[in-house]
Amino acid sequence: MTTPRRQTLQSIVIFGLLAALSLVFILPLVWLIRSSLMDNASIFVFPPMWIPDPFVWSNYEYVFTSYPLLRYLGNTLQIVVPAVLGVVISSTFVAYGFARIPWRGRELVFGVLLSTLMLPYVVTLIPTFFMWSRLGFVDTYVPLVLPHWFGGGIFNIFLMRQFLRTIPLEYDEAATLDGAHHFQILWHIIVPLSRPALITVAILSFLHHWNDFLGPLIYLSSPEKATLALGLSNFQGEYSAEWGRLMAASTVMLIPVIALFFFAQRYFIKGITMSGLKG
Amino acid sequence: MGRTLSRERRNLFWGLLFTSPAILGFFLWQLAPILATIGISFTEWRIVGNPQWIGLDNYTQIFTRDPLFFKSVSVTFIYTALSVPAGIVLAFCLAVLLDQKVRMLPVFRTIFYLPSIVPFIASSYLWLWLFNPDFGLLNAILRPLGITGAKWIFASSSVLPSLALMSLWSVGGTMLIFLAALQGVPRQLYEAVEVDGGTAWHKMIHVTIPIMTPAIFFNFVLATIGTLQTFTQAYVMTEGGPNNASLFYVLYLYRKAFGQISMGYASALAVILLIIIGILTYIIFRTSSLWVFYEGEKE
Repeated sequence: MTTPRRQTLQSIVIFGLLAALSLVFILPLVWLIRSSLMDNASIFVFPPMWIPDPFVWSNYEYVFTSYPLLRYLGNTLQIVVPAVLGVVISSTFVAYGFARIPWRGRELVFGVLLSTLMLPYVVTLIPTFFMWSRLGFVDTYVPLVLPHWFGGGIFNIFLMRQFLRTIPLEYDEAATLDGAHHFQILWHIIVPLSRPALITVAILSFLHHWNDFLGPLIYLSSPEKATLALGLSNFQGEYSAEWGRLMAASTVMLIPVIALFFFAQRYFIKGITMSGLKG
Repeated sequence: MGRTLSRERRNLFWGLLFTSPAILGFFLWQLAPILATIGISFTEWRIVGNPQWIGLDNYTQIFTRDPLFFKSVSVTFIYTALSVPAGIVLAFCLAVLLDQKVRMLPVFRTIFYLPSIVPFIASSYLWLWLFNPDFGLLNAILRPLGITGAKWIFASSSVLPSLALMSLWSVGGTMLIFLAALQGVPRQLYEAVEVDGGTAWHKMIHVTIPIMTPAIFFNFVLATIGTLQTFTQAYVMTEGGPNNASLFYVLYLYRKAFGQISMGYASALAVILLIIIGILTYIIFRTSSLWVFYEGEKE
């Protein structure tokens, strides 16, 4: 039926298609880098040129020196680090309760929590904002960090639970017979075995907080408290025609994400597929 | 007997203790705010001062005297109808291509996936620049082909298709989910089709697609719910324009709440969105049995 020749031809066609589509997908990123290395004189040339001529680094120099990029980076980390810690620690605890302890009503409670996945975020936005403003925490990082210590979001709990369920329950039983209580089981048995899942959840929530725009937009009003994402939009407001600088700043924001991806590729893929399949 | 009872109680105690952060969080950050939103939607409230009870006035105004509400609903629906199915189809096609045995697959997979992790704010600015009619990438490619003058997001007739095009760039996550699902298709089913003299097309129609329907369905639901809440692109790239042609629902709500400080009105809009998403989800789930194939369901 399928002769070797036909097989080869098919492979060539598929390879060609993949190569062409890859080119399409990579072009925007090429354009990003290209524009970040051009000065205004060459960026506003018509028709546009593909290769920067001359190559200039001044946009990067500018965003690191004259623009508070490093401060924005520091601000972002002040949110990302405690928020990711909160997500990882509290989602592990909660997932342990859902995956390792059999208790009456467990599935019902989990189902109710899971249904919040469908909730549009704007439904809770206004009262939550009002609450933080009453407590005096608007224009601080508290509203962007504290809620993540409450289970870290059902999505992450779901991921952790899926993973914890794959660990044989006999381990817990054996440990219980040896007199271990739940905290010891969690710390000495579950956590060491769950490292891949913990890293996956940490990466996904890092991405989420690194990229978050609406949260900082709503809660942070002082320019000096802005995150990278928010700072980028202020940048655009101030220098709307400075495309080279804007592209350089965007590239700087993108680099940690890409680096993380290349270091931890398998965790990304694991997290994505775990979340999408076991619906 | 007494022992098992006490054990059951102990488990209940520990189970609730471990899950208590999430349960508490549910009441604090989900249930209470939702109820409050519903309550506020019956008031006129400008943050300073107390909310004034006005009954259903916000809703009456939204449905009878607010053309922008209908505009934003139609913008959001049109965009969702353009972007979600196209994204699912593209992600599926990419996954099928990546499921073949050719060289350099990991490289292609990485290239398709990378755009989906680009920070959304950065990709919004990037695409704003790509769409630039004079100096942008898209028209630079089209110009040598003799196509000139496309205005992309800068014309009301093309802004939504352009944004949908942009959304296709980040289908990488969905693609990976489909790829994992494809790799889970039992190989003997393909062999069975081959034995019957079926072609690659038959395999696709009779094996791959039916087995993939649960994954497609799940991603379709999530993408629809997510896309109905589109905000950042519209806020950053078009500011709802030109001429309100990209006035997305959440952008409209955001302006009512944080621009005009009409918290009651914005809350009513939020409640309506919740109802719309609820109804849509219900419809999608009710019709799913018509086309989603679950293994062993017939037994």
